[in-house]
Amino acid sequence: MELTLWTYEGPPHVGAMRVASSMKDIHYVLHAPQGDTYADLLFTMIERRGQRPPVTYTTFQARDLGGDTAELVKRNITEAVERFKPKTLLVGESCTAELIQDQPGALAKGMGFDIPIVNLELPAYSKKENWGASETFYQIIRTLLKDKVNEIEKINPKRWMSLGRRPKVNILGPTLLGFRCRDDVIEIQRILSEQGIDTNVVAPLGSSPDDIARLTDADINICLYHEIAETSCEWLKRNCGMEYTTTIPIGIKNTISFINEVHEKLDLPLTNQEELEHKSKLPWYSKSVDSNYLTGKRVFIFGDGTHAIAAAKIAKDELGFDVVGLGTYSREMARQVRAAAKDLNIEALITNSYLEVEDAMKKASPELVLGTQMERHSAKRLGIPCSVISTPMHVQDVPARYSPQMGWEGANVIFDDWVHPLMMGLEEHLIDMFKHDFEFVDGHQSHLGHTATKGPENKEDEHARTNNSTQKKGTVIWTDSGRAELTKVPFFVRGKVKSNTEKYALSKGLPEISDETLYDAKAYFN
Amino acid sequence: MSKVDLNKETGPREVFCGLTSIVWLHRRMPDAFFLVVGSRTCAHLIQSAAGVMIFAEPRFGTAILEEKDLAGLADAHEELDRVVNDLISRRPEIKTLFLVGSCPSEVIKLDLATVAEKLNSRFLGQVRFVNYSGSGIETTFTQGEDGALKALVPLMESTDDEKLLLVGTLANNVEDRFKKIFNNIGITNVESFPPRQSTELPKIGKNTKVLLAQPYLSDTVRDLKHRGCEIIQAPFPLGVEGSTKWVLAAAAAFKINELKVHEVIAPLANRARQAIEKHKEILRGKKLFLLPESQLEISLARFLHNECEMELIEVGTPYLNRDLMEEELNLLPDNTKIVEGQHVEKQLDRVRASNPDLVVCGMGLANPLEAEGISTKWSIEMVFSPIHGIDQAADLAGLFSRPLTRNQILTSKSLATH
Repeated sequence: MELTLWTYEGPPHVGAMRVASSMKDIHYVLHAPQGDTYADLLFTMIERRGQRPPVTYTTFQARDLGGDTAELVKRNITEAVERFKPKTLLVGESCTAELIQDQPGALAKGMGFDIPIVNLELPAYSKKENWGASETFYQIIRTLLKDKVNEIEKINPKRWMSLGRRPKVNILGPTLLGFRCRDDVIEIQRILSEQGIDTNVVAPLGSSPDDIARLTDADINICLYHEIAETSCEWLKRNCGMEYTTTIPIGIKNTISFINEVHEKLDLPLTNQEELEHKSKLPWYSKSVDSNYLTGKRVFIFGDGTHAIAAAKIAKDELGFDVVGLGTYSREMARQVRAAAKDLNIEALITNSYLEVEDAMKKASPELVLGTQMERHSAKRLGIPCSVISTPMHVQDVPARYSPQMGWEGANVIFDDWVHPLMMGLEEHLIDMFKHDFEFVDGHQSHLGHTATKGPENKEDEHARTNNSTQKKGTVIWTDSGRAELTKVPFFVRGKVKSNTEKYALSKGLPEISDETLYDAKAYFN
Repeated sequence: MSKVDLNKETGPREVFCGLTSIVWLHRRMPDAFFLVVGSRTCAHLIQSAAGVMIFAEPRFGTAILEEKDLAGLADAHEELDRVVNDLISRRPEIKTLFLVGSCPSEVIKLDLATVAEKLNSRFLGQVRFVNYSGSGIETTFTQGEDGALKALVPLMESTDDEKLLLVGTLANNVEDRFKKIFNNIGITNVESFPPRQSTELPKIGKNTKVLLAQPYLSDTVRDLKHRGCEIIQAPFPLGVEGSTKWVLAAAAAFKINELKVHEVIAPLANRARQAIEKHKEILRGKKLFLLPESQLEISLARFLHNECEMELIEVGTPYLNRDLMEEELNLLPDNTKIVEGQHVEKQLDRVRASNPDLVVCGMGLANPLEAEGISTKWSIEMVFSPIHGIDQAADLAGLFSRPLTRNQILTSKSLATH
């Protein structure tokens, strides 16, 4: 038993939902109680999706347990197939259903449907979300391609030459609720097409079972997110000989290595090597004199394996930071993260506990934190600037604007996102010069604003201001009951309520504001 | 009794489980901790529903069952002991610890009552342990509060003092307003359950008159009755009408003259009706469809029809307790279609077919419906916002008029021509 106050990853069936919801013409029947339907809001609220996830929950109840829950599963499967007409059906169970052992996948296979059925066995008590997504993606590919791979020849990555066409690749791994996947895919496709390389299929994001069936039309696979696609890429390599790339194109150096790796695998000559250095503004911005102040800034990094490793490399090699902490919650990638940490002469932190991460953060006393939304909160408490580089997703991580992490534009985004929370170099210099002038009595600090709240002092100030402002006008006085009522108003609207009530009192010629006046005013302005 | 059209439906549901109520219960009782004994799904559910990233260290958590816990039950008890010890040494300020059962803990029949009993004797005088189930195989959403309160009833001491007991979590400012109103009409001994401190449980007995502030407390009510409490029959304090009848019912139980009540309430009611007017202009004649979730649906439908003049297409409710809802059902227009339970797909078919102006639904369904051009109000806001009482009636109406107003602004010609 593990005490968890907050978790970086959801259960494995949420990973399966990420894959299912990313795809078209697919439906997932999930044997689960009603509470598990909360997972829909991850997609409809965080990703602001206009479609419901393609998931039917059996929502069995305690009273069903005495009876035949298997019948309930079958009824839901039948209804889902009739209503949604999927080209492939995923069937699985969440933590509770795993205990009652109805084996919904096996049931579904015995029902005589003429569509492929993927039986998802995702152990809820030992595995987590990313593993679940990876396993689901792999099982879909395996189910849809297992007959075909026996028939086709091993795929030679150089075959495009003899076939007389441009090289073609699959981009594997992007999903919904993955960090900036939507934009990374566009950026990577753009980079590849500039090199004369076509995209065969992007999956799971935006693909259908038909697309999965033609994965083998490509010459190689791009494994864009190891957490999700590595198992699938391995299987395709083992069974069809398809080569896959392992470089994650985050940062300039990695993007260039990635392009080189793709070219080598395809045996395609790289003709614009020297141009690549100039595709992003990051190298020049980092070199420009204003960035001198970035040198040796202490940075603490925590996130999923892919983004944490990439961040460490960019921080050290491309921005000249000093990496003082590196860690991940992805146990599947612990080995790689440990290796990256070793190169930096630090010890990697592999943990699921955000409190442990916060402790490590405190000890490392960084000047910048690169983490998940949870590290953003921890850093805020410690008064340290932070930029978010990894899942778990928050509505803020799905920006309206184009905002990739990968490729050239990704490097631009990263420069801005990591550097803006810090104080600009010139600005810092000037403030330091002028800090003894009376204009700076407020103690000008970085525009991050050192958000740590002052707590009681603020309240005192507010109280004093309340009295001052009313006494100055000399016309309205807040009575004790009025003031007491005002303090109960949520802080974020308190100012507005106060000024509205005073306006109301003045307009009615009232000398005092009591709690009743406050409610009169509330009704008046409603 | 009005002739409402009662229907039952079964099928796949789209409703939160009882664990979700921890989100407001832990805020009501800041000296309590809610420890869910469950799975990673439970932990993920609560943090997703609550958006808890804002908390330094929340007053709720999950003891996540792992494979080795499932192997043998004795182990699970020891493990839970260890987790509780850790938690209490870490959070010495906790006065009451709720052990909350979940779907997996119920299925493996983990006996939390026995665990709580053992822990109670060990931590006697330091921390109190109670247990209840918030599992989704037994409870929906707000029913979790019912379980938590029911678990506290045996800890309430007895008294013969006459008092009014408000039962069901209210926002603190709403609670204060209610107490003031009751004081003004002459009911001076008013207490609330749950209290603001878990250790300050009200005493109860044969002269305790219970007035329910929330409609989802069937089990708690039954146990309070067993303790001799008198349950006051009333509609729920949503809107001017509901709140007025609610106060009147309490006054009648205390044999207070109705005129006295009207004297106190009338100015508040007039002011509230005026404030509602603006929202009524927007809501009048608009067609409303309520999907089942918070169990407040019937009261909301009554308010939105009777005071805001909306037309009711269908009122969904996760379950219907006829006794508790009788007064509310009486206030609904004849032939109101009430659907208990859910088949979410069929219900959504009916939503689309009936072309509603506004749908009240859960967060999983809101954006998909909006994308189809149907305005929505997510129901979880009802349990997080202060909506009870006469003074909040216009705010309550505003929750429903805002999506319609917004829709109108965004679809106006000025934007479309851009």
